[in-house]
Amino acid sequence: MGLLTNLKDSISRVTDGLFAADEPKRIGIYGPPNAGKTTLANRIARDWTGDAVGPESHIPHETRRARRKENVEIERNGRKVTIDIVDTPGVTTKVDYKEFLDHDMEKDDAVRRSREATEGVAEAMHWLREDVDGVIYVLDSTTDPFTQVNTMLIGIIESQDLPALILANKTDLPGSDVQQIANAFPQHETIPLSALEGDNMDEVYTKIAEYFG
Amino acid sequence: MPGPTPNVDGDAPSDDSDDGVRIDMISGARMDGLTGMEKIRLILDGVRDGNIVILEEGLSPDEESKLIEVTMTEISPDDFTGIEIETYPKAETANQSFLDKLMGRESTQKLTVIGPANQIETLHKDENLISTLVSRK
Repeated sequence: MGLLTNLKDSISRVTDGLFAADEPKRIGIYGPPNAGKTTLANRIARDWTGDAVGPESHIPHETRRARRKENVEIERNGRKVTIDIVDTPGVTTKVDYKEFLDHDMEKDDAVRRSREATEGVAEAMHWLREDVDGVIYVLDSTTDPFTQVNTMLIGIIESQDLPALILANKTDLPGSDVQQIANAFPQHETIPLSALEGDNMDEVYTKIAEYFG
Repeated sequence: MPGPTPNVDGDAPSDDSDDGVRIDMISGARMDGLTGMEKIRLILDGVRDGNIVILEEGLSPDEESKLIEVTMTEISPDDFTGIEIETYPKAETANQSFLDKLMGRESTQKLTVIGPANQIETLHKDENLISTLVSRK
C-alpha cells in the first residue's frame, strides 16, 4: 500500500512538473515611480497581444494597483515564452498627498490618490515576496540610480533568487546615462531602451525570452 | 526639573520636550533577539514618535520588504507620510560565499538610518558617508 502511494506521489510530482513548465511565468515590472513601467507594459502587451495594460501619466502613482496582462506569448529566435505581465505601482517609502496638489488636484482627490498609492505599493511588495517568478526592473536613465529604494529592491529581488532584467528606460531623452545604471548594478546586465519610442525593443524581447523562457 | 520618562519598551528613556530630536542607536545584539515583525514595530514606533533610529546592523532584505509594506499601511494624511531610510550601498551578494548563501547566512551588517520622511533629508551618500539633515517636527 505504502509502495503504491509512493509511486502515485512520484508520478504526480512528475506530471505536475511537466504542466508547471507550460504555465505562464508571472513577470513583475518593478521600479521607482515615473520610470516608465506602464509605458513598457503597454508596449509589450500591444506588440504581442494588441491590447494595452493601463493608462500612462507623468503624474507619479498613476498605477495604484498591480495590473496583469495574461498569456503574452513572445517569440524570439524560434523560442517561445509565455508570460503574465504584472505592472506594479512605483515603489517608495513615502507618500505625501500634498505632492499631488502640485498637479492641479483637489485635496480630496489627492488624499484618495495617496491612499490608493500606499495600498498599491504594499500590494506590490507582497507580490514580490510571494507571487512573481521573475522581475523586469525599470529605471529612468536620466535620473540617479543610486537611491535607497533601488538598492533595497534589487537586494530583495536577489535574496529571492528571482531572475532579474534591468532596463535603462527613456534613452530618447537628453541626459540619458545608461552607463550610470550599469555602474550602479554591475552584477546585472543592463539593457537600454525607450519604451515610449519603441527603441531597442528587439533586444528587450530577446532578453525576456532568454531570462524568463 | 522632571527627569526623562520611561519609553513604551521600558528601558530607553524618552524626552517629551520639543527642543530636540531624539536618536535611538540600536545595537545588533538588541535586534538579534527580536522577530522580524518586532524589529519593524520597534523602528516604526520610534519613527512615528519623530525619532531617528540608527541600526548598527540593518535589516535583512526580507525585513526591508516588510518594513516598506507595513510603512505603507500606516501612512495617513496630515499625520504620517512615511519613512526616509539610508544604508551604505554594498554589494552584499558579491561578498557572500556560496556556503553563506546555502546556510542562509545573509550579510546584512550595514549601518542603517531611518527617520520620518518629513523630518529627515539625505544631503549626501556614498560608500563611506551618509550625511543627513534632520529637522524638528
